[in-house]
Amino acid sequence: MGDKGTFWLPEGASTLAGEVDALFYFVYWISVVIFVAVIAAMVYFMIRYRRRTPHDRPPVVHESKVLEVTWIVVPTILVLIVFTWGFKVFLKLGVAPPDAYEIQVVGQKWSWQFNYPNGVRSSELHVPVDRPVRLQMSSVDVLHSFYIPAFRVKQDVLPNRYTSIWFEATRADTFQVYCTEYCGTQHSGMLTKVIAHEQSAFETWLQESGIPDDASPAQRGALLYTQLGCQACHSLDGTRLTGPSFQGLYGSTHGLADGSSVEVDDNYLRESILEPSAKIVEGYANVMPASYGGLTEDELTALIAFIEEQQP
Amino acid sequence: MATVMHTDAPAEAAAHHHPEHHHPEHHYLNHEKTIWSWLSTVDHKRIGIMYAISVAIFFLIAGVLALLVRMELLGPGETIMGPDAYNQVFTLHAVMMVFLFIIPAVPGFLGNFALPIQIGAKDVAFPRLNLASWYIFMAGAALAVIAIGVGQVDTGWTFYTPYSSDGSNSVFFVTLAVFVAGFASIFTGINFIVTIHKMRAPGMTWNRLPLFVWALYATSIVQVLATPVIGITMVLLFLEKFLGIGIFDPALGGDPILFQHFFWFYSHPAVYIMILPAFGIISELVTVFSRQNIQGYTFIALSSVAIAFLGFLVWGHHMFVSGQSAVSSIIFSLITYLIGIPTGIKVLNWVSTMYKGSVWLQTPMLYALSFLFLFTIGGLTGVMVGVLAVDVHLHDTYFIVAHFHYVMMGGTVIALLGGFHYWWPKITGKMYNETLGKIAAILIFIGFNITFFTQFVLGSRGMPRRYYDYLPEFTALHQISTVGSWILALGLFMVLFYMIHSMFRGKKAPANPWGAATLEWTHCTSPPDPHNFHHTPIVTHGPYDYHALEHLYEGDGVGDGATVEAAPGQKH
Repeated sequence: MGDKGTFWLPEGASTLAGEVDALFYFVYWISVVIFVAVIAAMVYFMIRYRRRTPHDRPPVVHESKVLEVTWIVVPTILVLIVFTWGFKVFLKLGVAPPDAYEIQVVGQKWSWQFNYPNGVRSSELHVPVDRPVRLQMSSVDVLHSFYIPAFRVKQDVLPNRYTSIWFEATRADTFQVYCTEYCGTQHSGMLTKVIAHEQSAFETWLQESGIPDDASPAQRGALLYTQLGCQACHSLDGTRLTGPSFQGLYGSTHGLADGSSVEVDDNYLRESILEPSAKIVEGYANVMPASYGGLTEDELTALIAFIEEQQP
Repeated sequence: MATVMHTDAPAEAAAHHHPEHHHPEHHYLNHEKTIWSWLSTVDHKRIGIMYAISVAIFFLIAGVLALLVRMELLGPGETIMGPDAYNQVFTLHAVMMVFLFIIPAVPGFLGNFALPIQIGAKDVAFPRLNLASWYIFMAGAALAVIAIGVGQVDTGWTFYTPYSSDGSNSVFFVTLAVFVAGFASIFTGINFIVTIHKMRAPGMTWNRLPLFVWALYATSIVQVLATPVIGITMVLLFLEKFLGIGIFDPALGGDPILFQHFFWFYSHPAVYIMILPAFGIISELVTVFSRQNIQGYTFIALSSVAIAFLGFLVWGHHMFVSGQSAVSSIIFSLITYLIGIPTGIKVLNWVSTMYKGSVWLQTPMLYALSFLFLFTIGGLTGVMVGVLAVDVHLHDTYFIVAHFHYVMMGGTVIALLGGFHYWWPKITGKMYNETLGKIAAILIFIGFNITFFTQFVLGSRGMPRRYYDYLPEFTALHQISTVGSWILALGLFMVLFYMIHSMFRGKKAPANPWGAATLEWTHCTSPPDPHNFHHTPIVTHGPYDYHALEHLYEGDGVGDGATVEAAPGQKH
């Protein structure tokens, strides 16, 4: 994980990462001490009291009350310290400051989509540094989990309710995002990046990332292609992913799973976006989420125009 | 008790005391020989062996699946299979390991074999129910095999909804398999509880019960109380899938987190079904091979029972980032710590049992020491993932994968191997090759650590679990882990081969090769009589009172140790 960081942990990049790491290392070093002590005692006894002859007749050892009380009391105190500390940091991780900048996150098989307050959409998360950011998350299909190791945050993303996490990035850089709740074929491909910008650079990005008013339908379709996460399953260069590639798709003839065939035209594409399970291309699984049913007419037209352009 | 009649010639003493001297060929393995005599047997020892063979086959299959998982992860991207195949392989590995191997292995095999003899009984309380449990278990296993045939079970062993309810119908067979196999578990549990209460030999008071029996008693409580919950959960899953009743699936108005509550309400206690019998085995091994009374007998015995009940109150620690309320998470974290302490103290009890003992490093003891090493790591990393704020980072990463393998494999499987070697001479009447045994134990220890310690580092650095593909920065650690899995497999295959060799060519085992003081060694031939004892033993001392049994010190120390104490009234 990067060149910095420690043997155990990637380099932290959020205000709370340091607190989590301190706790991790506190438990770690106590564990190391206990482990070494236990194993040292075991090895010492193993050598010191090894059987010398089959007739060894060891003395009867009686239980020591002092020893027993010690090893009940000391671990109890230690775990209560660890519990209390863990619980305090957990509360900090759980409660976002009221002035946090809010971004909506939608998880679906197998991509993430981020919606910003000004209507901009992206498939990579852009955030400002030194400002608390709260992600309000939901899923359109199965459980997912949103995990940024560098920020030490993780939260399951559910289909029937909102969950949220918050963080405050401390430096401008790019960080890895993983899905950590198993979600099927491309679970391990459900990755994206967090791009933390300096405040001013973030504002600039936010202004420039909207869809320009004078863009052609195909140009708007190109933006939607990444913003909606289409690229997770449909390549542009003919590579076979979970779904058929868009390259040369328009105008071709598909064999369908039921043995019939269909020519790929505007209406077929429209149906396949709005109602993915209506016609399944032979050799592919019926796994496309139905979540695109809410696209506007404009967006559909733009996407179809974009797909039409993808000729080899 | 005719215990003090020893001469300087152990061989002669042995001749005096071996009841088998009079009937050299008559024991439970050879008194009936047809296949039907096995399939219709109500002898707890034979049922134990039938369980042993079945779970060994599942362990082999699930182990090969694990090797395939590790092989696929040798490099990023596709190595030997595609993502869907990978998802199915890791799912089957886990389902078979958990439901068809670890849960039934110790109670079904070693428990069935040793428990009645250890308490001086002729059999379990309900021998026919015992046989029925094996058939039901096999029916469950058959359903699992059908699911493999139908294919495409890729939900992970946790079957989380809504993914599992959207998936293919073969999930139905696997969940049905879990449901059916659960009844076998309940039957075994009921049988053991009644047997322990009602079938103890005269003088076998509760505080003279071997700790293996105490551990199985605690396990049985959990089996009887927890297993119905997984059955109910699976029924709810069927109702949702086939009748469209919305329970867990949000599309039908259900709640997916509810499934996780149900699932872990069973599966966390199930962790204790898996680990408590292992505690019992380790308690036997450290005392026998240290020839020293166990430290904290009462504590170990009663804390197992306490853990069996408290184990029902900590399921929510699997769900800190699931979306359950923060208050629940905090309470579950606290209770988790309270239940962790008695477990930690047991480790200290086992280590201190060696103090001023006579530590004999035979293969079973090597496994017990391995257990202490590995289980301590498993336990301490359990404390780590119980810390709320730290678990947020570690949850669903390889850190968790490593943690539960240290507990389940480093704990239960290592203890099972120790117990397997320990009772092998009693079960088969043959000795295994001690040198090969030690080499294999060391290989397994090394291979295990290489395989799974690397996974702690992978996880804390952010590598999520159940990933078919991974980023290039994780490659080196994944490769080390895969190489470790080969060493581990080599050690395990060695065990398989020398044990098969021992079965046919092994040296004949004496009645008490380890100089143990529990009844299966002191009052019973190797292999035992079909009725275990010629006369019901009368118990006059604790299970680990080595100083009270003069004849235990007579062995030659190379695997044919002390002689058999004759039962009262037994002919010499």
